[in-house]
Amino acid sequence: MDFKLTKEQELAQELFRSFAETEIKPLAHDMDESEVYDMELLQKMQRYGFFGIPYAKEYGGAGGDVLTYTLCMEEVSKQDGSTGITISVHTSLCCSCINEFGTEEQKQKYLRPLVDGSKIGCFGLTEPNAGSDVQGAQTVAVEEDDCYVINGSKVFTTNSGFADTCVVFAITDRSVPVSKGLSAFIVDLKEMPGITISDNIKRMGIRAAQNCIVTYDEVRVPKDRLLGQKNKGFKIAMMALNGGRIGIAAQSVGLAQGAINEAKVYVKQRTQFGRPIGAFQNTQFKLAEYQTKVDAARLLTWRAAIAKDNHEDYSDLAAMAKLFASETANEVTRGCVQLLGGYGYCREYPVERMMRDAKITEIYEGTSEVMKMVISGKMDLK
Amino acid sequence: MKIIVCVKQVPDTSGKVAVKPDGTLDRASMLTIINPDDVNAVEAALALKDEYGCKTVVVTMGPPPAEKMLRTIMAMGIDEGILISGREFGGSDTYATSQIIAAGLVHLGIDDDDIIICGRQAIDGDTAQVGPQIAEKLGIPQISYAGDIKKEGNTITVKRMLEDGYMMIQMKTPCLITCVKELNQPRYMSTYGIFEAYQKPLAVYDYNTLKDEPLIDPETIGLQGSPTNILVSFTPPLKGAGTILEGADMNTCKTLAKILDDKHIIR
Repeated sequence: MDFKLTKEQELAQELFRSFAETEIKPLAHDMDESEVYDMELLQKMQRYGFFGIPYAKEYGGAGGDVLTYTLCMEEVSKQDGSTGITISVHTSLCCSCINEFGTEEQKQKYLRPLVDGSKIGCFGLTEPNAGSDVQGAQTVAVEEDDCYVINGSKVFTTNSGFADTCVVFAITDRSVPVSKGLSAFIVDLKEMPGITISDNIKRMGIRAAQNCIVTYDEVRVPKDRLLGQKNKGFKIAMMALNGGRIGIAAQSVGLAQGAINEAKVYVKQRTQFGRPIGAFQNTQFKLAEYQTKVDAARLLTWRAAIAKDNHEDYSDLAAMAKLFASETANEVTRGCVQLLGGYGYCREYPVERMMRDAKITEIYEGTSEVMKMVISGKMDLK
Repeated sequence: MKIIVCVKQVPDTSGKVAVKPDGTLDRASMLTIINPDDVNAVEAALALKDEYGCKTVVVTMGPPPAEKMLRTIMAMGIDEGILISGREFGGSDTYATSQIIAAGLVHLGIDDDDIIICGRQAIDGDTAQVGPQIAEKLGIPQISYAGDIKKEGNTITVKRMLEDGYMMIQMKTPCLITCVKELNQPRYMSTYGIFEAYQKPLAVYDYNTLKDEPLIDPETIGLQGSPTNILVSFTPPLKGAGTILEGADMNTCKTLAKILDDKHIIR
């Protein structure tokens, strides 16, 4: 076992780091304040292939791997959590469903524009009454002639504010539990009549991400948009969320490392009691603890990514990575605000935004509690 | 038609400069970057590739680790790399270097419609000599300090940037251009480029590859053959912080006069 990145991964890390520092960092504060994502930045990232990293060249992707994708997630999230989730939902949730379960025709038609940087994707599973427990889902798709007619409402659909394509889940058999009667569909958000997208939901963090309510009113979806088999959508959603957790773990690592990097600069400049505060042992020990935890979180994330790259079962590994990394992100960003004191609490300094952005990592794509269910489920305890 | 870009790996001046006891630079212990002006040359080549679909080749002379720089440039979109590397070439000054690189380009083969692009100058030596010298050794036309490049058939029109204005000059291919940073805004690597970079062809030209090229004179390559001799290189001592005297009154003038007098600058 060695912990070395390949030559390609090292180059990719250089690219993501320099791009994030040059292009994302200067915009992060204003995007958070305005709660609007910068479309020029998005297009730049599309052009440089940030939206198709772990997908095959034959479908227009970069031909990279999941580990490289985590490097991207970490580097962009060091500067801006909203950028992290924008890339993650597109890559881990939307594209993976089509890549894993789409027919060859569906991949050419719908995956290609998503991974070659022409279109943006999102993922519609969560509903007002169906969060951790999918059983509460109410969105339905009824077969009618050559279509499925979708009615219902999806909440917290990240990227829906500007996305072109959505993988949406709807109940196709109401006579069985939702997990046995759910189906997945590829929907054109901007083109299909009957779709309404709300304003960006006001949130505590990742405020520049476009996270809206998507309402489906008699939306007619051609039958060839059914993804995978009818009534087998639950498996697709779980597969996507398992993979998504690796991305969120990497986002968490990025937020935490970003906060440490900001704190490192500050503690060398800030003088109190006649010394830079970095000269005090409390500061040194706190940052030592934080860096140790972030490195541990990064290694858990990489382990899960490598297992996915090797086509091994990684569901518990991804859950452990997300559980630990998201809790680390919260502890470390909160601690870095403390190190910056009153200035850390001010919106002028990025650690305040990082602390707000970190909270969601313990909630979305499976809460910390759900992660513990997944991990303990693999431990043969019952 | 192909575009050849000549690049140099240089010490990262944002890091520490290390000097060996003998006064030469300890390059191995210093972080390296692609010479900044050369990145503009790469971008110029890629812009021509985008327009004409021509092949692009990047050439450097340096130690084997310079391969990573070439791969980085290939990840930006350049098609092929050539690393000119050999102990015999080590320590070459600009005269020797341009001779070796010119021989490498002849070995590669220069067609009638080829364009060679270099950065204006490297941030380590700051001579701006290698590009123009390559053109001289090859006997082809050259225009330095390009701020704009236009191509119509085999005619290349270059806006040559000078301190107090610019010149518009035309030349025929094959030719050499050195460019300034105002020429363009270089692109980043792309993810798809990165995963292709290590599959792209990279040739290593060592002394044996080039020794029979007529341009190579074994007497004038490497440290021994270079006309330039470095006596010593050193990091200049830091100057002390300056003093600012406020006010335009007689007292300030007297204070200033006293300081200058104490330093024996005035009497």
